[in-house]
Amino acid sequence: MAEPPGLENVEHTAQGGSHLPNPMHQFEIERIIPLKIFGFDASFTNSALFMVIAATLITLFTLYAMRRRALVPSRLQSVAEISYEFVSNMVRDNVGTDGMKYFPFVFTLFMFVLALNMLGMVPYSFTVTSHIIVTFALAAFIFLGVTLLGFWKHGVKFLKFFVPEGVPFVMLPLLVVIEVISYLTRPLSLSVRLFANMMAGHTMLKVFGAFVVALGFLGGWAALGFMVAFTGLEILVAFLQAYVFAILTCIYLNDALHMHSH
Amino acid sequence: MDPSAAKLIGAGLASIALVGAGIGIGTIFGNYLQGALRNPSAAPGQFANLLLGFALAEATGLFGLVVALIILFVF
Repeated sequence: MAEPPGLENVEHTAQGGSHLPNPMHQFEIERIIPLKIFGFDASFTNSALFMVIAATLITLFTLYAMRRRALVPSRLQSVAEISYEFVSNMVRDNVGTDGMKYFPFVFTLFMFVLALNMLGMVPYSFTVTSHIIVTFALAAFIFLGVTLLGFWKHGVKFLKFFVPEGVPFVMLPLLVVIEVISYLTRPLSLSVRLFANMMAGHTMLKVFGAFVVALGFLGGWAALGFMVAFTGLEILVAFLQAYVFAILTCIYLNDALHMHSH
Repeated sequence: MDPSAAKLIGAGLASIALVGAGIGIGTIFGNYLQGALRNPSAAPGQFANLLLGFALAEATGLFGLVVALIILFVF
């Protein structure tokens, strides 16, 4: 029997019902070049491909935009300078002037996460940051690095960070435990925030895209309008999540370098 | 109870956490607007804190969503 117009893409189950395409297929990892190194599966996957694309894009963009180093910048050079200043101000405001030595790291982190998020908005591409292992790897390194930095700079006195000022002596044991637990959840919250935003956003995009097709030629326009608006929101979220990731890194750095305990 | 039915009920219950996200985000933006209407010149200076607060509030709601998705797709 012929499909009603517009409903050709709706999949059919064995029982005769029909359901929308699976929105989670877009997160599947595919091996592009299978590789085994010392028994570990080190294949070049689509995730790795997009990380390479992001890193290459950022490098080429900054090199090309700054090739002339004009005193009065061209439009492209302005974009590179604005992004530099944006991160530079963020680091200086949140870590202080002695924290500027960590600016290259924060700039790389911000541009990398931003590029990965934005590349995911390209249709049919793959969102690298929508995998918890990627965001957790980033967050774990940041957390470990910042903690080691704190211990290296302050020695054992870094543990005073968990003892807030002016606390009555009886409450200290409980408060220190709470402080330590909330410190240890930092890599978890940092990684899950980025991961959940990216995965939820892209899942919603896929689900509403399926609605546009399933509602057909007559009913799909409302869904299409929502899709356009929501895609705009997702682009904003991509930028915002990269910004929040970077600024929280700066805040954690500040906590380690200058231990103003909350 | 059938495990797959329990899964769906669990996922539905876990996503109630997003109520908190909605309240939190609304509170943050409402307070920012309130302050911005009283003192418009001070508003741009706090815009960065607004975005940070929004992302942090949304994150806790999304943790609940992640639990729902774990229940649905991992078990």
